[in-house]
Amino acid sequence: MKFAFFPGCVSKGGCPELYQSVMEVYPRLGLELKEMTTASCTGAGVLQEKDLKLGDVLNARTFALAEQSGLPIMTICSTCQGVMSQANHRLTTDPPYLAAVNEILGEEGLTYRGTTQIRHFVWILLEELGEQGIRQQVRRPLKNLRAAPFYGCYLQRPSEALGFQDQPERARSLELIMSWLGLEVVDFPGKTRCCGFPLLTINEKNSLRMVASHTLDAKRHGADILVTPCPLCHLNLDGMQSRAASQQQADIDLPIWHLPQLLGLAMGMEAKRLGLTRHLVSTQGVLDKLGSAVAKIEA
Amino acid sequence: MLTTFRIRRFNPETSPSMPYFQEYQLNMDRADTVLDALMHIRDTLDESLTLRCSCRGAICGSCGMRINGHAALACKTKVQAMVSERGVVQVEPMNNMPVIKDLVTDMAGFWDKVRQVQPWLQPAGPEPEGEYLASSESMNHLTGVMGCIMCGACVSDCAALEVDERFVGPAALAKAYRFVADPRDGAGRSRLLALNEPGGMWDCTRCMECIEVCPKGVGPMDRIMSLRSRGIQANVASTCGSRHAEVFADLIYQKGRLDEPMLAARTFGLRNLSRLLSLLPMIFRAFVRGKVPKSGPLHRAIPGMEKIRRLFQRMEERL
Repeated sequence: MKFAFFPGCVSKGGCPELYQSVMEVYPRLGLELKEMTTASCTGAGVLQEKDLKLGDVLNARTFALAEQSGLPIMTICSTCQGVMSQANHRLTTDPPYLAAVNEILGEEGLTYRGTTQIRHFVWILLEELGEQGIRQQVRRPLKNLRAAPFYGCYLQRPSEALGFQDQPERARSLELIMSWLGLEVVDFPGKTRCCGFPLLTINEKNSLRMVASHTLDAKRHGADILVTPCPLCHLNLDGMQSRAASQQQADIDLPIWHLPQLLGLAMGMEAKRLGLTRHLVSTQGVLDKLGSAVAKIEA
Repeated sequence: MLTTFRIRRFNPETSPSMPYFQEYQLNMDRADTVLDALMHIRDTLDESLTLRCSCRGAICGSCGMRINGHAALACKTKVQAMVSERGVVQVEPMNNMPVIKDLVTDMAGFWDKVRQVQPWLQPAGPEPEGEYLASSESMNHLTGVMGCIMCGACVSDCAALEVDERFVGPAALAKAYRFVADPRDGAGRSRLLALNEPGGMWDCTRCMECIEVCPKGVGPMDRIMSLRSRGIQANVASTCGSRHAEVFADLIYQKGRLDEPMLAARTFGLRNLSRLLSLLPMIFRAFVRGKVPKSGPLHRAIPGMEKIRRLFQRMEERL
């Protein structure tokens, strides 16, 4: 199955290990990816604070480029997915608005007809490979690993724009994939809550409170790791975890994994090739716990 | 359909007054709402169960509560849609406000915050001879936000309020937008200045919980984003939030993509040098861990960048 691949800025910036792990796993899943090198940033909900329509024009351009190539878009970031889903929802449910946006795109020789599908990697695993397809990929069942899901707001809300009505399983997609990989899924109330990243610049104290609250909550529920399909959540939950621990005077030390890393490890890949050495919260303790099933990460 | 209702109970007059869950089993019809169930429990099984309700038609906004962990109107929520595989529905009082008893919360703080945004029209200039006039288009735009019934569902599930009770919250901000966007109101700039302060419109974390749980489709977070946009347009004093949005937009204009180091440097700048410096240990650790993309820490513009810039310029021309 072929996709127009939209990696998003953060997987090629602050979370290079996400891009690295996707590059490792996708060929073995029967996916063919054509990277959209000329597509712009989605705006991440931040550009939209300044100018919503400008964000929609830029995203409509990306959708039109994919439409021209006849490919659905694959994202690997909850935020990119959510922002694009919302833009596509506005464009495809409001024909006069789509016409107004197309008037601007038309000057660039582009038109968006409203047919592009935009799907997160986790939804593609769920809807294309399915339980059987995922289970078939597992070479190294991670049975001793207790993992808690953390979706990222943009992959949960607003459910209407994300297509949950037609695809209700998307609401628990991450947990399903994790369970099919053979590990113990730790359910906890924070799994669909906000990591605090959008607030980091504006109100760091509140942002770090969210980091501490959810990581500590996951630990209380017995999680060894937190798994996320969102690199922005990763930046806050991993990158800012030590500061959150200091602020709340708590011992957290909870490794945060990207979903493709977990998938790759279950598929039998080496931890280092999946970028598991590139986290700020060390993953070594968890890999040690998994024992002989996982090769030691070289220093 | 035999259903178990797991209800969070709390009575401040008992000792010790700790919340606890109590279960009730009922036979429910397909059409029954959660409010039907709660009233049936109160009327036939346990008269001590305390709840607040009135219209039973999703108009009065009295029966806000958390059903299976999310805020909703009990009268608008079908039992059938909420019942788990084990036949259980969990009901709790709203979050982010004190509980008076069982499912009844104290809304005083909610109303204080709504009053804080001065939710009344403040026209400027001389009074017209007839009525204050507004175009149909402008009032149609406000129809959605005027649909708010002040039930508190958005406040209950607000992630920012959960960590900071000083945040004015989604209901009050949606109400503020209702007046900022009203063409008859003359206090827009002073309203935006007040909302620009800490605890105001920039303290929303954009989690969209309020959009999801609002029973009336008000979309409070969308209104908050519109307030931010109007604040930037009106040039109210810059904050880290407004600079972040301005710099983000400029980086897309310059490079077509995000450039995290530049975003932080330009957002904080010399004005917030201490914030910028405080990030250095984290940045150093990220470098040591190899958390740097192959292309290096600073990003080049995407291919065909001039096409992105032309779209920005065309949008600018249309303003």
